[in-house]
This record gives sequence, structure tokens and C-alpha cells, in this order.
Amino acid sequence: MTLIQETDFGTPAAAAERTVALEIDGIPVTVPEGTSVMRAAMAAGIAVPKLCATDSLEAFGSCRLCLVEIEGRNGTPASCTTPVAPGLKVATQTPRLKQLRRGVMELYISDHPLDCLTCAANGDCELQDMAGAVGLREVRYGSDGADHLHQPKDESNPYFTFDPAKCIVCSRCVRACEEVQGTFALTIGQRGFESHVSAGMDEAFLDSECVSCGACVQACPTATLIEKTVIETGQPEHSAVTTCAYCGVGCTFKAEMRGSELVRMVPHKDGKANRGHSCVKGRFAWGYASHPDRILNPMIRAAIDEPWQEVSWDQAIAHTAAEFRRIQAKYGRGAIGGITSSRCTNEETYLVQKLVRAGFGNNNVDTCARVCHSPTGYGLKTTFGTSAGTQDFDSVEHTDVAMIIGANPTDGHPVFASRLKKRLRAGARLIVIDPRRTDIVRSPHVEAAFHLALRPGTNVAVLNALAHVIVTEGLVNESFVRERCDWDAFQDWAAFVARPDNSPEALEAATGVAAADIRGAARLYATGGNSAIYYGLGVTEHSQGSTTVMAIANLAMATGNLGRPGVGVNPLRGQNNVQGACDMGSFPHELPGYRHISDDATRQLFDELWGVALDPEPGLRIPNMLDAAVEGSFKGIYIQGEDILQSDPDTHHVAAGLAAMECVVVQDLFLNETANYAHVFLPGSTFLEKDGTFTNAERRISRVRKMMPSRSGLADWEITVALARALDCPMPYDHPAQIMDEIARVTPTFAGVSFARLDALGSIQWPCNQAAPDGTPVMHIGGFTRGRGLFVVTDYVATDERSTSRFPLLLTTGRILSQYNVGAQTRRTANVAWHPEDVLEIHPHDAEVRGIRDGGWVKLASRAGATSLRARITDRVAPGVVYTTFHHPDTQANVVTTDYSDWATNCPEYKVTAVQVSPSNGPTAWQADYRAQARMSRRVAGEAAE
Amino acid sequence: MTAADKLAYMANQIARAFATLPPDQAAAKTAEHINNFWEPRMRRQLFSLVAEAPDKFAATVHAAVPAIRPPPQAA
Ligand code: SF4
Ligand code: SF4
Ligand code: SF4
Ligand code: FES
Repeated sequence: MTLIQETDFGTPAAAAERTVALEIDGIPVTVPEGTSVMRAAMAAGIAVPKLCATDSLEAFGSCRLCLVEIEGRNGTPASCTTPVAPGLKVATQTPRLKQLRRGVMELYISDHPLDCLTCAANGDCELQDMAGAVGLREVRYGSDGADHLHQPKDESNPYFTFDPAKCIVCSRCVRACEEVQGTFALTIGQRGFESHVSAGMDEAFLDSECVSCGACVQACPTATLIEKTVIETGQPEHSAVTTCAYCGVGCTFKAEMRGSELVRMVPHKDGKANRGHSCVKGRFAWGYASHPDRILNPMIRAAIDEPWQEVSWDQAIAHTAAEFRRIQAKYGRGAIGGITSSRCTNEETYLVQKLVRAGFGNNNVDTCARVCHSPTGYGLKTTFGTSAGTQDFDSVEHTDVAMIIGANPTDGHPVFASRLKKRLRAGARLIVIDPRRTDIVRSPHVEAAFHLALRPGTNVAVLNALAHVIVTEGLVNESFVRERCDWDAFQDWAAFVARPDNSPEALEAATGVAAADIRGAARLYATGGNSAIYYGLGVTEHSQGSTTVMAIANLAMATGNLGRPGVGVNPLRGQNNVQGACDMGSFPHELPGYRHISDDATRQLFDELWGVALDPEPGLRIPNMLDAAVEGSFKGIYIQGEDILQSDPDTHHVAAGLAAMECVVVQDLFLNETANYAHVFLPGSTFLEKDGTFTNAERRISRVRKMMPSRSGLADWEITVALARALDCPMPYDHPAQIMDEIARVTPTFAGVSFARLDALGSIQWPCNQAAPDGTPVMHIGGFTRGRGLFVVTDYVATDERSTSRFPLLLTTGRILSQYNVGAQTRRTANVAWHPEDVLEIHPHDAEVRGIRDGGWVKLASRAGATSLRARITDRVAPGVVYTTFHHPDTQANVVTTDYSDWATNCPEYKVTAVQVSPSNGPTAWQADYRAQARMSRRVAGEAAE
Repeated sequence: MTAADKLAYMANQIARAFATLPPDQAAAKTAEHINNFWEPRMRRQLFSLVAEAPDKFAATVHAAVPAIRPPPQAA
């Protein structure tokens, strides 16, 4: 393996279809109209010296190094800012240019430390390269003039340093923060000799608005902004392309290595989800992979109050298999089940569901999508016929109106948010439907046209009111509906939403949203051009989650916003492989490819392949498993890479369910909270230690590549294979590529997918088959998967979770940029610098009447339980609403969430809990007990048991 | 909620989701949903609970019961 070097064309590609022919240094070249001379030269294989230009940013023209001569034109124009024109004759190397460039370089170098040999960027520095390229041989200016060489470094950011002594003030970092990331944290302060890069108001990076996305570090041509790991470890020497293991954006990275040590993760320009961008998690927060808390040996114990005993892999697997068989013999075939992980690869989740169906002989398999996007599966399958988002992320570049519902992309899906903000700065309009004023509502150069700050739990009412306006004001795209959708169902739906009780005015009291705003937003969505809906867990995690998804699909069909770039219905997936886990048959009622387990033909396909007769009955979903455990009929579970005790609602109930089981097997990197109730611990591998694929929110299947050996000895897929073999369930695989081949054989939407094709194409969006050999960026072009799109009547049913005099506030939960899910990974990285604990956001009015002060401890109580955390007083939340995150086990926000769930899928109602908040002195007794129990449970006996 | 109350709550919630349909269709949809998504032991519990505590259930659930697939004996 070598280090992958990407070509920098200097300026972005031009999108024009018309081309222009010109000549550069005598070489003819044809490029799209609007291309810069610099980029055209690069296309002809000529690298014009440059410093302030890079192809992720618009040309700026400040360094004057890229000068060229053009026949018939005066002077020496900058090639980065000069567009091509037909017939131009350009010279990039002339005696005059050489002299000018040397002069420029001489000035730069005269104020630059000459410590190349000991500089961390040695070998990866454009200034160094350019000194060589222009043939700089001497610097005639003495060292006694004023310079910047002794300015102090800013090392406040945990991941990168800023060394102003090395800065050439090219402003690439400033422009990257604006153009690529959209945060506007950097400026060039002052002028002339005093000009310098400033974070915020000349603050330290950590104290500024900087979100540590790394775009500036990536853009910096010198060692000024550089990763601390490069300073510590040295320059990488080989790399491979892989996929971020955090969120559903699925960014492509180059993992850059020195030997078997990861030096840095660099976003890959060819990555089709991220186009060269990243966020703090994927870019920097991978230190958990080598964290001392990682468990590297399998462990077992007879009871959860005993210390763990380290055992060999063989012992652990044999013990688990024996326990599962014992339980089934005693309590029945259906007494065990499994949970697949949305953090593991497609191949790994496929194997777990295969183990459950073919090895356990039942369908008790589920996945964490149960608690996040299961309503998306139900809702989009019902209306469109496919349980997936309709677009690729590139689609946003063609969007005129973006409607974001119950999603907080700047925190949850940061790279998508940056792409969206870029489009918004270019003129697209924005509608946000969220109880909270999320960052996207108002950020530098972005302002939502409408922010519908609805009362939690009233999504369906708001969507029905939007539909009412569209139908009653004649904004339906009737030709689309007639051509593409079930007309009878449309008419039923149109009559329903047109009812006066669905008008914005009638629903104003329930939703808390002004009717005029609903009317304005509906008109904008229906008439603003290409309108696209992006939604998140604020849609799905409700009693009416599935109904809301269908209401969204109705809106898109009624306005014809489907089946082309720029439009669509786009669920923003939480975890990296939620889409994949669902695709791979992780739901108890569905085989891979979303085919119902009761379908004889599908089952027969698998029966033949696996040599078993599959059970035609749907299995238990996670909440049903826990209910059955409490009630005594479910006794053993194999949990791959999930932490249900922390992530699932109503912690007391989850704990009771786990405690009632006889064999809980947790496969994870760390002793997570669920492992406190486990009898077997199987140490898993990180995404750096195995091969496989992830599927992101745009249905994009991307490769995960093994960069280093598995630290525990087995990749997660190998653990499942070993367990299956011990249960006499044959799994004849030596490599994940063979697993993907099997998936492709049995799943029509994956028919054309293989590791070889993925290596050739980079990534593939399913469906990928004979009809679409290179995959499908936009779905439902010309027709829906189910034939005709189905409108569904979406009656608003208020949740039974209501505020009362005892619990007068509504709690809604969410995430923050620097932390991920239960925080098992990100809490074990320097990201804690940004979010050391969960806090409760409360409106100043609600705080004042309760005597709560900012930063003070408060008790948060619901009918399910109580916890304590610190308060943050803010008007981001409306009066009557409080908000917190669930990243820290010390807080355990899910102690207070309840057992209400979506009617169709049992997806928990995380987003609405009636609560009371009162001042408190510190952690509750429950929290203290929990900590003590966790400490006890994590003891490992001194020696291996062998 | 007790386990029984929760099961009844879930069944009623499904029935409520189809409340805008004519009664026979609502019952059919409710039964279909339960057949598609409920594991046999949940259906078994539903049958016994409908018999023991009929008041816990909405009319649509009662109307759906005859179309709900009885759980297989062995499971
Ligand atoms: S890390 Fe990102 S947010 Fe921070 S200054 Fe650099 S570009 Fe801006
Ligand atoms: S920090 Fe780097 S990118 Fe920013 S102005 Fe200085 S040299 Fe250029
Ligand atoms: S946006 Fe998501 S996929 Fe991309 S780097 Fe951040 S966490 Fe990883
Ligand atoms: S690269 Fe063109 S002016 Fe700097």
C-alpha cells in the first residue's frame, strides 16, 4: 500500500456543458466553459505554481504565484482567477514569470522559519514544494527586519495546532471555514504586515465558534494548521480509502497510516457523500480504538454480581452455545433472540440475522433501528414501496426549498448540513419544523424563511395543516398525481385534509404554530421550485411516528416533488449503518431486501440456501423481547454492538428485562451499560480492524477496509461465524466479500453488488441490478417501486403522554455534534472538551418560576423515573418545553422516558415525555446506586481462568 | 403499565390508526397489521386477554379478532 495522493486542480470544476479549446505551453486542451486557466493547465498535465488556490475553494487570487502570460494580452494575469477563452495561447513558464515567482517566494520565505528538517509538515508542505518548483535559491532579505517568527502557538484545540509563525496569510483556512464548512469562525484580522488569521474575536480556537471540522487544517498549505497526531507520530506512509463509522452521512476517508498506527483520517475528495468534507467525529474522534478501556479478551461469569473471568475464544463460544441450547431445551425455541448492530457492517448484520433465523430457529432478531427509523421503513414502504430515502446528497445542489422536519443536521449530520448551508447561501429557501430553535434556523448567512416551533407531539397536525393549504388553495400538482399515484386514494386523502378541522387555523391551538406561518410555509413548499424534505428522529420517535412519515410522503406526492434531482423525501439516518442493518433483514418480520417472512417464495429461497426450514411467523421486536423477558418466556439474547440499557427508553424496564434473562451476551468494544447485566462478553473490533461495507442514508454502499489487525483476535463477523458453527449452523465464509456475494444472490436490490464492483466504482447506491448496473442515485424516476404512489389518510391522534399538573413540562431529547449516540466511542476521545456532560435546556421563564439558576443542578422527573443534571437556561426551547441529550450514562436521560411507542412499529416515543423540573443538590439516589452497581459489575478477576 | 395493559394499549393504538376507514376495513387492517408484526406469543396473549378482559379493547379490535391468525401450537 502507498500513500494515496489526490490531484489538486487548483480551482473547482466548472459545471458548464459547453467546452472551450485553448493551448497551454503548446499543448491543446479542451475544458468546460468557466474553467480557470490554472485548472485547464492541470488537465493538460501542467502544474502552475500556486499557494492561495486549492480546488475545494473558489479562486481568490492573492498570492500572485500562479501568474501566466497570454498571447495578445498585457501583463501577467493570475491563472487561478482567469477563465479560459476560445483560442487562448497561454505560457506558464517564461523567464519573466520565473523571476516574478522567485520574487514572490523570496518574500514569503523571508518571514518563514527555516526549520523544514524538524517541521511536522516536512514532505507535505506546499510552501516547501513551491520553493522547489520556482527554483528559489537564495533569500536576499536579512533576518533583522520585523517578522512573525516568535508568535505563540495556539494548542487549545485537542486535535490540531495553529502556529502563526508559519502562516503565509493565504486565507485558505478562512475560506474553507466559510465555503466548505459554513461556520465563519475565522477571519483575517487587521491589514498589511499585521494581518493574521483570527479565530472568533482573536480567541483561542477552542473558545471560538470553531466546530473542529478540520476543513481549515485540510486547506492549509503549510504547517500552520496541522493535526497533533502528525506532530506526534510523523508523516503517514501508506493509506487506504474507508468509511466513517459514526453517522448516517457515511463520509469517505483516507485512513493514513505509519506501519499499523493510524496517523490521521483525511476526508476523501472522491467521496460521493461528503465530497472532501468531514466533521469532528469522523475526522478526529477515533482515539477510542486504542483506548485503555477496550476489552481485548472474551469473558464469562455465572451471575451478574460476580466478577468477570477472562477465557479463551474457544471457551467463550462453547459456553455461549451451550447456554443458548440449554435455554431453548428448557424454555422453548423462541426463548432466545439477537440484536444486530447499526454500527457493524452489512456483512456482520446479515450474519447475525442468519444466525437467529437459521441457527436459533426463530425470527427474534431486531436492530436499534427499532428505536430510531423503524417508522421510516413502515411509512415509506407503504406509500412508495421502498423503505429508503429517495435521493443522493448531491441532490441538495438542485434544491430550491429545503424543509427540515425534526432533524438537527448541524449537530446530527454535520457534513450534510454544510452542503445544505452552501446551497442556502446560494439562494435556496429553508423551512424548519422543530420545537427547538436549532442552529440551522439562524446561522451565519443562513436564515429560515419559516421556523414552525410546534409543540412536541403535534407533527401530524402540522403536516395535515400544510396539506390542507396545498389542497384547498389549489397547489396540488394534479398531473403528477394523476400520472403517478393511486387516484382514488388521493381523493380520499384530499377530502380528508381539506376538512375544516385540518385547517391551520383550527389546529393552531393544538400545535402552537401561527396559522399564517403554516400557510406561508405550505405555499413556499408547493410553489418554490424543487422542494426537498429532510427529516430525522423528531419525526419517527413518536406515538404517531409512522403516520408522520406517511404524511411527509403525501406532501411530496401531492406537490410532485419526487423522482428527479433536487426534491424527494430524505430520512437522515442516525448511525452509520442503520440503512444497511435494515436492508440486511434485521427486522423480525422481514428477510433481507424487506421481504416479509410469511412470503413462501422468499422463504424458500433462503430455506434452500441455508438448508433449514425457516419459521414463517414474525419474531419479537426489542421492546417485545424485554416484555417477554419480564414475563418469563424470553431468557437469552446475543447483542452485537448495541447498548440498549442506555439507548432504549424506560431504563428501569430495560434493566428488569435484562436482569430476568439467564444468558445475556454482549459483543462490543467496551463494557457498556448493557454489559452490566451480561453473562458473556465477546470483545468486538473497530471499523479499522475489519473489512466490510456500510450503507449510508442515501442507500450508498461503501467499503470499510481493514487497516490493522483485530486487537481482540477476531473481527465481529468472525465471532458470529464461530458462534454459528458451535450451534451447527453452517457459515462457510473466509472473507466478508463472500458474505456480500451471498447477499447479492438472495437480494434483488443488491444483485449487482460485489466487493470487486465497489472497488471499481468507489461506492454504489442500491438498487443495483441489471436494470441499474451502476446503482440508483435518485429513486422513483418515472414510477414508484410499488407501482402507483399511495396516499394514506393521516388522522392526527394526540399522544397520551400529556403534561399534567404533576408533570407540566414536555421533555424532548436529541444529540450534539461532538458526541455520538450513547457516547461509548466519543466519550473516550478528546471530544469531551466540547460536551463533558448532558445538560437540561430550559426556557428562562420556566427556570425563573422554579428558582432554577444557570448551571445549577436540577432534578428531572417523569412518571417513569427521575435523574439529575445541570440546567442551561436558554430561549432556544419554547416555554413549556425542556431538552436534553442522552450521551452520558451518568445522567441516563432514558430513566425518565416512557413506554409509549409508535403504533405501527413500537419505535419509542423519546421526543415527548411529561416531566417536572426542580432544583436539586446533585445526583439522585438512583444515580448513585447505578454507579455503584456499574462499578461492581465491571470487576474483572485478576487472572485468566485458563 | 402492566404487561396486559400494555398489550391492550398497543392493539387499541393500531385500531385507532385505522379509525378513518369504514369499520369493516378498519378491522381488516388492524388484523392484518397484527398478523404481520406480532409474534405468536403476543397474539396468544391477545386472544386470552380479549376473552378475560373484553372491556380493555376498542370495538375495532374485537371486530378484528376473528381475522387474527391463531398462533401455531408449538411456538
Ligand atoms: S476546524 Fe472547521 S469550524 Fe473550526 S475553524 Fe477550521 S474550518 Fe472553521
Ligand atoms: S493558517 Fe494556513 S491556510 Fe490559513 S492563512 Fe495561514 S497558511 Fe494560509
Ligand atoms: S458527518 Fe457523519 S459520516 Fe461524516 S465525518 Fe461526521 S460523523 Fe462521520
Ligand atoms: S494561486 Fe493564484 S493567486 Fe494564489
